[in-house]
Amino acid sequence: MMHLLYQIFIDPFVQMAGAPDLLVQTLWEGFVGGMLYALIALGFVLIFKASGVFNFAQGIMMVFAALTMVGLYEKGVPAPLALLLAIGVMYLLAVAVERLILRPLVNQPDIMLFMATFGLTYVLIGVGELIFGGSPKEVPTAQLGLPKGAYDIHAFGGLVSLQKIDIAAALIASIMVAALAVFFQKTRIGRALRAVADDHQAALSVGISLNQIWVIVWFTAGVVALATGIMWGARSDVSFSLQVIALKALPVLILGGFTSVPGAIVGGLIIGIGEKLGEFYWGPLVGGGIDSWLAYAIALAFLLFKPEGLFGEKIIERI
Amino acid sequence: MFYREVGQFKTNYAADQAIFPIRQDRIGLALILLVAFIVIPLFGGEFLIASVMIPFLVLALAAIGLNILVGYTGLISLGAAAFMGVGAYACYKLSTIFPEVNIVVWIVASGFVSAAVGVLFGLPSLRIKGFYLAIATLAAQFFLQWCFQRVPWLYNYNTSGAIEVPTHTLFGVPVTGASATPVTRYYVVLTIVVGMTWVAANLVHGRIGRNWMAVRDMDIAAQLMGIRLLPAKLLAFAVSSFYVGVAGALMVFMWLGAAEPEAFNINQSFILLFMVIIGGLGSLIGSFLGAALIHILPIIVRMVPDALGIPIGAATVEHLTFIITGAMIIFFLVVEPHGLARLWAIAKQKLRVWPFPY
Repeated sequence: MMHLLYQIFIDPFVQMAGAPDLLVQTLWEGFVGGMLYALIALGFVLIFKASGVFNFAQGIMMVFAALTMVGLYEKGVPAPLALLLAIGVMYLLAVAVERLILRPLVNQPDIMLFMATFGLTYVLIGVGELIFGGSPKEVPTAQLGLPKGAYDIHAFGGLVSLQKIDIAAALIASIMVAALAVFFQKTRIGRALRAVADDHQAALSVGISLNQIWVIVWFTAGVVALATGIMWGARSDVSFSLQVIALKALPVLILGGFTSVPGAIVGGLIIGIGEKLGEFYWGPLVGGGIDSWLAYAIALAFLLFKPEGLFGEKIIERI
Repeated sequence: MFYREVGQFKTNYAADQAIFPIRQDRIGLALILLVAFIVIPLFGGEFLIASVMIPFLVLALAAIGLNILVGYTGLISLGAAAFMGVGAYACYKLSTIFPEVNIVVWIVASGFVSAAVGVLFGLPSLRIKGFYLAIATLAAQFFLQWCFQRVPWLYNYNTSGAIEVPTHTLFGVPVTGASATPVTRYYVVLTIVVGMTWVAANLVHGRIGRNWMAVRDMDIAAQLMGIRLLPAKLLAFAVSSFYVGVAGALMVFMWLGAAEPEAFNINQSFILLFMVIIGGLGSLIGSFLGAALIHILPIIVRMVPDALGIPIGAATVEHLTFIITGAMIIFFLVVEPHGLARLWAIAKQKLRVWPFPY
């Protein structure tokens, strides 16, 4: 018993102190993973805020967008053009979603819209596999100007290796978040988006077109999905198994709150780092593979104290 | 005209409280049971019984369980497949530890194991609500699935990591394993499903069901009316997990014969949720209709190209099945958001007034 307690509460920290380079490496990997989780969560938050839809299809949108881009590239389209075309496809998808799903289902209970996005997931999986095939594809990193290789830093009494693509991913994620923040705060459309997020009917009454806003929001989420998909794809490969990663973004969401952009980022970092540390230091105790549910356990622990997430809107209940 | 309840007076409370107060409904139900118990086993082929009817009944039972939680109590759960897994693994362990006990006893008993696990994962539901709760139930999904993969005791340390069902007999007739005929398995499944549906119908029509519905409609208001939320919600979790667990045990022992942890993955959870939503939230008949639609639709989609003589590769058919299933889900949600059960209610109304428009 004492041995077990020692293994749980003492030993991991001894390991951390004993090999700080490994700790830093783990923290860095957690940080990059967390940034990318945050990006996926950002797509969810954008759509949830503006249309109240819990968009389960965000994960498959990410795969679909990246697959479109890489698939076009493999068919001989130059990489930058393929990127533009993929953005175009995401726009068409946004229009189609608004026309075929959101507009007919307006004012339905949330769970109906949630289920509709699950139907959308099925359609996108089918269409994606039909057109581009199910095999994993490599992202043309060089043609997109993404770096390869790693920086090896001799510090912390050992070797810390930072993949250049990870640094680029973290940078691009930060730039996108900053750009979205400016877009939301400073532009006309951004103000309209915030108005819709605040109150649909009030926004309608001052002449904001809900349908237009929904297209814009889904398109923005699609572009975020494309960027995320390329980043994840560059780290591994683009395939449908990437969709699983999107499920990791869900605990990020409940941790940060469904309606908060900063929450998505902070939540993403907490989950990303917590997951890597847990898997690396505590995972071997129970046989490994715990990263499949550890993120949920962390989020659940936070949620028991703050049921609306760290940054979510306070739930006020009235009769 | 066809469906007229005029002249059927209810002269006592029992008649007023009856689940099927209308004579035509009782006749219809008797006909359905007659078909299910006699006509299908007599005239149905092996494909119909083993690949259509048994899965349909098992999935319908799971859908009823999930409907109790989602449709009647309003607690969205995305972890139903994991509870099917709990039932399946519990039944497997119980029947290997005590092989001499009747297998049907263990199938039902495994529901209690699943119910206990369900209560455990239902505890956060008092504090967490809505989509937050839905995602919290994903914790159950991933944690339990991880257990099925990583705890060797659960699958008796066999090398494949899958559970396989040995032959068990009931009154000397093999009911599980390779030597059991589809008809025997069909009868076992059908009896359990009919019995449990009858119990569920009584539950949701009684005090407990009304408590659940009050909690669903507005939990604070229900609390003010004197319904204790924690017992009501936990009971919903327990009963729901019981049904889903029994369905899981039936799925492995009566339908598949063997299962890997992947059989209880998140997609299965979502498919169950679809059945509930497409069938109709808060409707038992809807659970059956939803299970029928979601299970039978892909079978038909796969058969159509063959029937028309169009040569399409198996992979393409698989992708088309995905697209068509997804599109059908969206289509049904748009056309009838209240599910197939509402369509059934509308059809009954039409039959009632036919040939007049209203």
